[in-house]
Formats: sequence, structure tokens, C-alpha cells
Amino acid sequence: MPNGILVFVEQREGAFNKTSFEAVAAAQGLGAALGQPVVAVVLSTDAAQAQEIAGFDVDKIVSVENPKLNVYTPDAYADALERAVRALDPQYVIMAHTYLVRDFAPKLAARFQKDVISDCVRMNAEGGQVVFARRIFLGKLDADVVSSGEPPVFITFQSGAFRADQAKKGAGAQVESLPVEVGDVRMQPEPPFQEVKQAVDLSKADVIIAIGRGIKGQEHIALAQALADALGGDLAASRPICDAGWLPIDRQIGSSGQTVAPKLYVALGISGAIQHLVGMKNSGTIVAVNKDPEAPIFDIADYGIVGDIFEVMPVLTEEVKKLKG
Amino acid sequence: MKIIVLMKQVANKDAILRINKESTWIEEGDLSHEVNESDGYALEEALRLKEKHGGEVVVCSMGPQRVKSVIKDALARGADRAIHVISDNLNTLAPFEASRVLAEAIKEEQADLIMTGLQSDDNGYAQTGVILADLLGLPHATIVIEVDASGEQLRVKRELESGWYQWYAMQKPALLTIQSGISQIRYATLKGIMAAKKKEIKEVAPVTDAANAPAHQRVTKVYFPLKTKQTQFLGDGDAKAGAAQLAEKLRSEARVI
Repeated sequence: MPNGILVFVEQREGAFNKTSFEAVAAAQGLGAALGQPVVAVVLSTDAAQAQEIAGFDVDKIVSVENPKLNVYTPDAYADALERAVRALDPQYVIMAHTYLVRDFAPKLAARFQKDVISDCVRMNAEGGQVVFARRIFLGKLDADVVSSGEPPVFITFQSGAFRADQAKKGAGAQVESLPVEVGDVRMQPEPPFQEVKQAVDLSKADVIIAIGRGIKGQEHIALAQALADALGGDLAASRPICDAGWLPIDRQIGSSGQTVAPKLYVALGISGAIQHLVGMKNSGTIVAVNKDPEAPIFDIADYGIVGDIFEVMPVLTEEVKKLKG
Repeated sequence: MKIIVLMKQVANKDAILRINKESTWIEEGDLSHEVNESDGYALEEALRLKEKHGGEVVVCSMGPQRVKSVIKDALARGADRAIHVISDNLNTLAPFEASRVLAEAIKEEQADLIMTGLQSDDNGYAQTGVILADLLGLPHATIVIEVDASGEQLRVKRELESGWYQWYAMQKPALLTIQSGISQIRYATLKGIMAAKKKEIKEVAPVTDAANAPAHQRVTKVYFPLKTKQTQFLGDGDAKAGAAQLAEKLRSEARVI
């Protein structure tokens, strides 16, 4: 009889990150709601790495070991976790929806003729049935999702869905070693690297004027630049603008670009897909201008204008100039 | 080199979405559709690889008859032929079942490369490509931003978080999921549009046991997200008035001017 919550705790080069602990918090929450034990699983080459998370309130920690796990590859991770899931026979497998997890988790689930209930933002375990909420249509809508109930159920949670500091500490969990077989690894990774140092550091900017798809053409960027100049701010953009080559990539805000928290963030014609929101949601005052009243950017805006950015930009620029004298 | 590109048709990004009566999906009736953004980039990259190394680009799309517009556009841009997997229940297919249907539809092709976008702009599962690779026994790489197919081995550059990247080497055949922005997308030319009319579109029925299998996950309710912040809406439909009010609020309330 499958039982328990298995949580995959991600580490990179021996270091655990915030999202790993968010996954622990999620698993503890689900375990408490269902009255089931939580087992943390770490993939490593030896048990010493797992000791670092022994302070969390979990039933036990399983160190899944094989020399091929030294460097991340989807082949090795899927093989190792498949064997761990079969050995531990949990009801739920919880992971953080990181770039690493989304690379191997569907492969792992496929080994069980399943898929992942992915990128969840909430869960509700009241009344026995667990309901997971996901963002769909680039954040415009939410969907409640249930699983068929047949274990193992694979879940990933979006970064920020749970708070890392809510992961409860315990008396010290035991670490068990689980050596596993890993099959052929068909990809050879080279060391990760950063592109040439970014010329623009937006993380120190007090005011950011960010443009999105609504700017429509490169020739209109001057209007946004004029507003940025009036406010004494820097120009930035969502991904599609940099993909189109209208602004250089070092102006991109979001999960694949820079993360910023200025005093004032003005989003012009940006709908607010999650990949953008994670890069700017901690800004002080957020202004959004968008034609679509349901654009997700308004969910986190302090001030919103539903309308055409081409009407707003020149008027706002003039008014700001007047106020600044 | 034979490349298969999987392309999905999704709701237009600018479309105003309405929820259906049953609150289980959106109202599809009068919706305009377009190709999933990252799938468009996958096609572009496939066409560039073909131009460099020769071979064939086969586009495959699953869905009702309306996805023909995505297929025809891909053929006009330069794909050589197409496979249309007819499906009227695409929205309720979970990723594993969708991947099984696609695997059955394309496995005979014995492609050297299968490329698709990193995730769909509607359901956003971000899984179909990876599951398909496992079902076909292929190695995969996700969130690919550059492809080098000049050597015996394939080299792909993957995007990691926060401005980090990583190169992977792997054998062909392989499956890649492509990140938006990998290259600038071409427009279809008039010549391309005319040539597309003569290109083959093969219609295939989905394997029924996969298409009708009970899904591992099921959407029970679709709704607008709960607001987490109280937004002050300004201008009441008059954008210019809103801009003037905003300037004043930024000075007096937010104190950022």
C-alpha cells in the first residue's frame, strides 16, 4: 500500500537553495493534512550532503546515491528517482518547479505512465480530496486540478507558492543511504557559464519603465524613453521585446533576465506572464497600463489604467515634467 | 537530416478570454487562434538547420480542423510536408496521453531531430516534449537557445536561471524543446504561400486507447485568479485622464515623484 509524501530536495554542487526548502514546506503541509509521513530525497554521490537538511522536520532523509549523479543530467536523475520512488512507494512526489526539475520530472512521471501536475500555485487538502491550483493562459486564468488518485502523484510547485522559512525544523532526521543503478547517460553537459558581464545593472535602479508587446514596434520605444527620462528612470522590457531585438537582452526583466525591486515600476503594455512577474513583483509601487482589463499584471499593480499606452505615455510624460517643475 | 516540428495552436495572446458555462474551460466559439509562440521559434530553427545541413522539415500538429491554419502557415514558411493528428478533445488530454498519441503518429518517420516549443501558452504543462522523448527512447534537452548540428554529435545550448547557460552534447536522434527568441522568425513569402498549396498534409486519427484513456489529471474548474492586491484603477476608461490622475497620485500618495 503506497503511503507518504516524498519530497525531492534539489541541490546544485552541494548547495541547497530556497526553492528546495519551499518544496519541503509544501510536503510538510500536505503530510500534515493527510496524516502521512514526509520523506526527503536527496540525489548525491554520498550521504554527507544529505546531513545538511537533517534539521528539517521530516520522517527520514534518503540519500539516493550513484557516481553518475555528481553532475546533473535528465537521464541519470530520472533513472535514480524512478528507482527511489519504486523503493519508497509514496502516494505523492513533491518537487519545486525549477528549470532543473522541469527538465527531468516529466520523464520520471512517464516511467509510471503518468504526467506531472505542474507549476502549482496552491493546494487545498480539506475534505480528503487534494485540489491543486495551476495558472493557465499565461496567468490570465486559474484551473483547479485533481489527480486520478492512483499513486504516485507527481506535483511541482511554482517558486514562491510556499515560503522557505515555513519549512519546519525538527529534532534531527535520520539519513539512510539508497544506492541505485543508473543506466546509460546519453548527454554530456559542459560547465554552466554566464554570458559576458551585463552592461546594464537594473537591480540598482529606483525607477523602471518597462515595455511589453503592447509597444507594437521598435519605432515607438522613444515614447517610453521620454517617460523614463522625465521620471529619471531606466528603460526595461519583457522577454518578447528582447527576443525581437528591439532592446538588448540586458534590459530584460524576468526569470531569464534580471530581477529588480525599484521604488517605482511602470509596466506599459505588459500582460504579466509569471516569467515576467517573478522578476519585478517585489517593486515598491507598481503601475500597469494595459488594454486588457483582465491582464494578470493588474493583479499585482497598485495603480492601473485600462487603456491605450499610446494615449497614456505622452500625457504622463508631460504631467510628470510639470510636477517636477 | 529529417526534422519533425511539433506545433500547437493556442488562443490568440490578445484575445479576451471568457469562461464556458460549465467553468471547465474557455469559450472557444468566437475565439481567434494563433501558433504557440515557442513552437514558432522551433519551426524557424528547424528551417535554418535544413538550410545549413539539408534534409526535410515535417510539421505535426494535433487538434480539430482549425489547426490547418497553423499547418498551412508552417508550410508557407518552408516546411516540406505535414501530419495533422485529428483531435477534438485536445484540451482534456493530459500531457501523457497527448504524448502517446503524438508518439504513435510520428514514430514511423524515424526523424533525426524532433523539435517543439518549451511549453504551450494555454495549458502550460511544459511536459509533452520530454514525455514524448521518453516514449520514443530518445535523449532530450529542454529550454534550448542554440543548436549546433555541424558535427557528428549534436551540441545544444540550454538556458538555465538568472542569466546562466550550459552546453550539452548528445547523439542524434534527439528531442529538443526550444525557447522563444532563439532566432528571428521569417515571414511567409507570396512564393512560399503558393508553394504550400501543393504540399502534402497527411491526416491521421489518434490511437484510440491513448486518446480515450483516463487522464492522470483532470481540470475541475477554471476561474479568474483571485486578486492579491487592491488596485486603484484610474481614468475610468479615459486613458488620458487616467495618466493625469496617475502623475498626481505618484506624487501625493506614492511619493515617487
